[in-house]
Amino acid sequence: MSTDLPRRASDRTLAATCTAVWRRLRAANAWLPWFVLVLMAAFFLMPVYVLVMNGLKDSMSAELSQMWLPPSRWSLGGFREAWSRLSPNLGNSVQLVVPATAVSTFLGAVNGYFFAKWRFRGSELLLTLLLFGFFIPYQTILLPLVRFLQWAGLYGSLPGLVLTHVVYGLPITTLVFRNHFLTLPHGLFEAARVDGAGPFRIFWSVFLPLSVPSIVVVAIFQFTNIWNEFLFAVTVVLDPTEQPVTVALNNLSGTFSVDWNVVMAGAVTAALPTALVYIFLGRWFVKGVTAGALKG
Amino acid sequence: MDPYTTEGHNVSTAPDPVPPDPVPADTVKVDVLHRLRRLFSAAVSPLVLLPSLTAVGIFVYGFIGFTFWVSISNWSTLKEDLSIRDPVLGNYADIFQTTRFQADIRNTFIFTALFLALAVAVGLGAALLLDQKVRGRKFFRNVILFPYAISMVVTGVVWRWIFNPEAGVNLLFDVTGLNALLRSAGVGELHPGWTTDASVWLQVNSVVERLLPFGEEISIQLGVPAALVPVAIAASWQVSGFVMAMYIGGMATVPDSVREAARIDGASEWQVYRRVVIPMMKPVTITVLVILLHISLKTFDLVVAMAGPGPGFATDLPSLYVFETMFRATRYNAGTAAAVVVLLFTVIVIVPYLVRASRTDQ
Repeated sequence: MSTDLPRRASDRTLAATCTAVWRRLRAANAWLPWFVLVLMAAFFLMPVYVLVMNGLKDSMSAELSQMWLPPSRWSLGGFREAWSRLSPNLGNSVQLVVPATAVSTFLGAVNGYFFAKWRFRGSELLLTLLLFGFFIPYQTILLPLVRFLQWAGLYGSLPGLVLTHVVYGLPITTLVFRNHFLTLPHGLFEAARVDGAGPFRIFWSVFLPLSVPSIVVVAIFQFTNIWNEFLFAVTVVLDPTEQPVTVALNNLSGTFSVDWNVVMAGAVTAALPTALVYIFLGRWFVKGVTAGALKG
Repeated sequence: MDPYTTEGHNVSTAPDPVPPDPVPADTVKVDVLHRLRRLFSAAVSPLVLLPSLTAVGIFVYGFIGFTFWVSISNWSTLKEDLSIRDPVLGNYADIFQTTRFQADIRNTFIFTALFLALAVAVGLGAALLLDQKVRGRKFFRNVILFPYAISMVVTGVVWRWIFNPEAGVNLLFDVTGLNALLRSAGVGELHPGWTTDASVWLQVNSVVERLLPFGEEISIQLGVPAALVPVAIAASWQVSGFVMAMYIGGMATVPDSVREAARIDGASEWQVYRRVVIPMMKPVTITVLVILLHISLKTFDLVVAMAGPGPGFATDLPSLYVFETMFRATRYNAGTAAAVVVLLFTVIVIVPYLVRASRTDQ
């Protein structure tokens, strides 16, 4: 659609003026979606603005009445204080997220491969039963989870939390890989079998190398979910020094002796790892978001 | 249709090669080896899946069974007591009589409705706008999806201050002159209490009490708790981008030829969407609604960080009730009963969806 105005404005016949007015209206019509999107973007960025601007104020100037204004005195004091309070918990989150993501992604790939390529009687039913585990509200299983982890000697510890995230991550990682393997040409599988390769050999030498994009997508999906998770973290780990950063941030936010700029800086700090993943690996993140949402 | 389901990978259904009648000895050997290997391949899949299936079997189905058992038991203190209570559903009757759990059920419905409506409206709206090939599409898409990468705790912490009655949005009402305008117009100033507002809009108690046999048992105000609106806005801020991404993905699958055909038939741009594109988004909409619904029923961290139970439990949700009843008050049977109720809500929505999805899959 052309939105250019007539170039030769000297032709001021009535018809030309009418055309010009019409085109202007058309142009405005084309800009309208853009204006609405600008307003939406402003709304979506507003909390980010509040977080960053107030995190960068010093304790003296971080007043609620000034919360919409940029800092009058820029300061990294809030971030320094937030870092000193949250860095142990950030470390815990890393220790939680890395093994939980790696194990649940790998198991998902193996399971997905066998569900897709080595079906057996009842395997589709088992997949559906497995998938139900993704949807259950987790408060339903908290009490037995605590009891089970106590019995296993893992209650109150990060390894217990890793196990929890691995098991409850299995349904979705399995499904995403299973759907991915179904899109690969079946001839590959047949050819490898004719060549005499066994199930594991086919997985390792043929299918796994072809699923690097899916591995990235699932790993990002799991990383984001587990980093951001709160309910399991607050239930399974009791020692505040052992807790992941989401729990520590919530505690920080509820502590009245802590200055407001520190809470805002702390929120930015806790959000930063997943935000960076989003900024630098956004394409993969989007794929995970839609792949994780099953197919209707 | 799935091309793979019709072909048997299952060895037992694959036709065995029929050997010619007079069989040389070494061919028999090869054939036995061949059969053994096929047998191994058939057994290996269930064996590999067994550990994962066992783990999920315990963590999902076993745990749900245990939770259900506790919910009908006498275990209401720190001391474990798994004897069945008489009457069996006594714990359920108890929680439904509490003001708090009644408020939680009301809030679940209202929050879900507000959250779904807002998130789908904003997400679909953004997807439609971005479909117009506007300048900077990528930027807008990235900004709108960004909150989905952030923890609900972070979301709760920020929005708690944005909806602080002493600051946040209310400050903007003053600064922008909106309140001055309202004052001069003789209308009261705008100072909503947001999450601290205990009022309940659109009360329908009188109607419901007459309609329902247990109407007089209702000890809460039935309506829309004002305090849930800011919570729903914060939740939608976080999740609208996901809805948008789903619709963008769906719209990408609508072939240009279909739109072109509609245009040739004389449809305006608006009608192309209204009559062609949006109806084709039905499967996406169903998936989105199911996912949003299960997010809504799982919501816990956002409310904990943003509002807590609220005035008169205006922002309380069953997830908070379950957590506090079990781990603060140690009334395990009441807490698990509430958890089972939430699970039932989920099952009603999810099971038909999963069954349908697995059918269309095959």
